[in-house]
Amino acid sequence: MATKKMAIIATKGTLDMAYPPLILASTAAALGWDVQVFFTFYGLQLLRKDLDGIKISPLANPAMPMPVPMPVVVQILPGMESMATMMMKAKMKKKGVASLEELRSLCLEAEVKFIACQMTVDLFEFEKSEFIDGIEYGGAATFMKFAGETDVCLFI
Amino acid sequence: MNFDKEFDASGLACPLPIVKTKKALNDMSSGQVLRVVATDPGSCADMAAFAEQTGHQLLEQSTQDKKFVFFLKKA
Repeated sequence: MATKKMAIIATKGTLDMAYPPLILASTAAALGWDVQVFFTFYGLQLLRKDLDGIKISPLANPAMPMPVPMPVVVQILPGMESMATMMMKAKMKKKGVASLEELRSLCLEAEVKFIACQMTVDLFEFEKSEFIDGIEYGGAATFMKFAGETDVCLFI
Repeated sequence: MNFDKEFDASGLACPLPIVKTKKALNDMSSGQVLRVVATDPGSCADMAAFAEQTGHQLLEQSTQDKKFVFFLKKA
């Protein structure tokens, strides 16, 4: 059986959207798949050593289940984003959901290849020292080379 | 059923039961049996899919006291 391949483009840097690429990448790797994740735009946040900047906001996420209904005018108040993030993280921990740090480590351990988009690294003036070790840097052509041979290719 | 190693995935949510089962299998030999206990209801379908795709044999699957118990024979 030939090794299956999956390529993911991770473009989002919010707590909810940070999970799908890391869950799918770690699972595919556990199934023996060859996996590459290309991080671009806000997805680059997932490669930073410090993941504390990844938050979730009820604002613009009207379907988020809330303990009490919260009008938009309340959602925009200072501190709401931090509070929502803290509550979501506490709930995740209680339910046994892995932290982003743990999923990322499991990916790296399983030899998932992480590629940071060089153009957006330069655009946002990130320093390579802000990112974790063991990642590569590349552009669209780098992604296409692998993506063209994959069984599953996702844009998240 | 006899087994060579046990992995307790109780309290862990998707994808940890599967990803860590894979890790538990890593240092086992072909033919050895791993017993996995999980509480994530999603692990029932996932463990079967994991076995099918990796070639490990799912010998038995049962529910005991709200826990899901799997016996996997390493390929």
